[in-house]
Amino acid sequence: MSRSEALVDAAWVEAHAGDPGVVLVEVDEDTSAYDKGHIPDAIKIDWKKDLQDPVRRDFVDRVGFEKLLSERGIAGDDTVVLYGGNNNWFAAYAYWYFKLYGHHNVKLLDGGRKKWELDSRELTTDVPKRPATAYKAAEQDAALRAKRDEVLDAIGKRNLVDVRSPDEFTGRLLAPAHLPQEQAQRGGHIPTARNVPWSKAANEDGTFRSDDELRTLYADEAGLDFAKDTIAYCRIGERSAHTWFVLHELLEQPNVKNYDGSWTEYGSLVGVPIELGEAR
Amino acid sequence: MTTANQTPGDGCGAPAGGAPAAAASDAGSQAVVEGRVVRDNAPVSTGYARLLGTGDEFVAEVPLGEDGGFRFFAAPGTWKLRVLAPGGARADRSVSAEYGKVTKVEVTV
Repeated sequence: MSRSEALVDAAWVEAHAGDPGVVLVEVDEDTSAYDKGHIPDAIKIDWKKDLQDPVRRDFVDRVGFEKLLSERGIAGDDTVVLYGGNNNWFAAYAYWYFKLYGHHNVKLLDGGRKKWELDSRELTTDVPKRPATAYKAAEQDAALRAKRDEVLDAIGKRNLVDVRSPDEFTGRLLAPAHLPQEQAQRGGHIPTARNVPWSKAANEDGTFRSDDELRTLYADEAGLDFAKDTIAYCRIGERSAHTWFVLHELLEQPNVKNYDGSWTEYGSLVGVPIELGEAR
Repeated sequence: MTTANQTPGDGCGAPAGGAPAAAASDAGSQAVVEGRVVRDNAPVSTGYARLLGTGDEFVAEVPLGEDGGFRFFAAPGTWKLRVLAPGGARADRSVSAEYGKVTKVEVTV
């Protein structure tokens, strides 16, 4: 994957959104945003209702993902173009999720919903109807998803990138600043992790920074060793999916995993090491 | 503190439709920064509010609600609030947050 394969711009979407074999999908942090207005021809996926198991903490299983995509009228060979608000935060999560289940032809709209809105491009409340498909997903690709034991084993060996805000990294806050701070788990970060807030990868309009700027950010400023494998984490795995996208899809680093258990899991584990304060 | 529009158990989910400023906030133990964005005395419902830390470090961003409202649960301290709206409109305000207090801000773009 490369930047030209993983990203499309607004002009591309305006030209191709209605083409056969192209499906535009909004996935937003604010799950009501779609209903107030969305890009013409876009359908909606709700990151919580559609993508999370309703009982245990995990994703919907392969059969559940097949059912979801079949109902939404997405075929296995469709080009899926994802977009959302907040610098494509949740759209990048969905991108990683689609890849996890083996849907390879997926792209992000650079800048997402924010740039589209700030550029005053067309939004509609019309909901497109797509005929159902018989979608077949692959089993989850274990090369993309890190579990807790693997993360513990990676301390001091692999790059660990904590992409939360500096206040969450140091233990000052337990959640992003637009959310209530009521959480039971401990604050801090996984020992040896570097802190590169996910949002540093984006320009103010939500587009991704250039490859050169991104390499400087991760390698030169944060000290990531690109010769090593990398695990990214945040609080629940969405912001780190954005960083996974940057490292794996834009910068083409071969072995990058997203730890979706992230701090809500790690910071609640009994007996694991935690570091407070700045990175050491 | 939880209001009808907030679902803290949802992880990173934002309040539906931004945070309506009209909904009175009780800060409880939180350090709340909330407000409304207006243009020509009318609410700006399409746009974004960003909370920035030292050196303009990005902290959080929310879409504006139908009433132009936004809300952040910050750490105590001084923050920069930046509003982005269509047409290249932007405005910065310095805001302070402290535990147990709702800091209200009205921003004109």
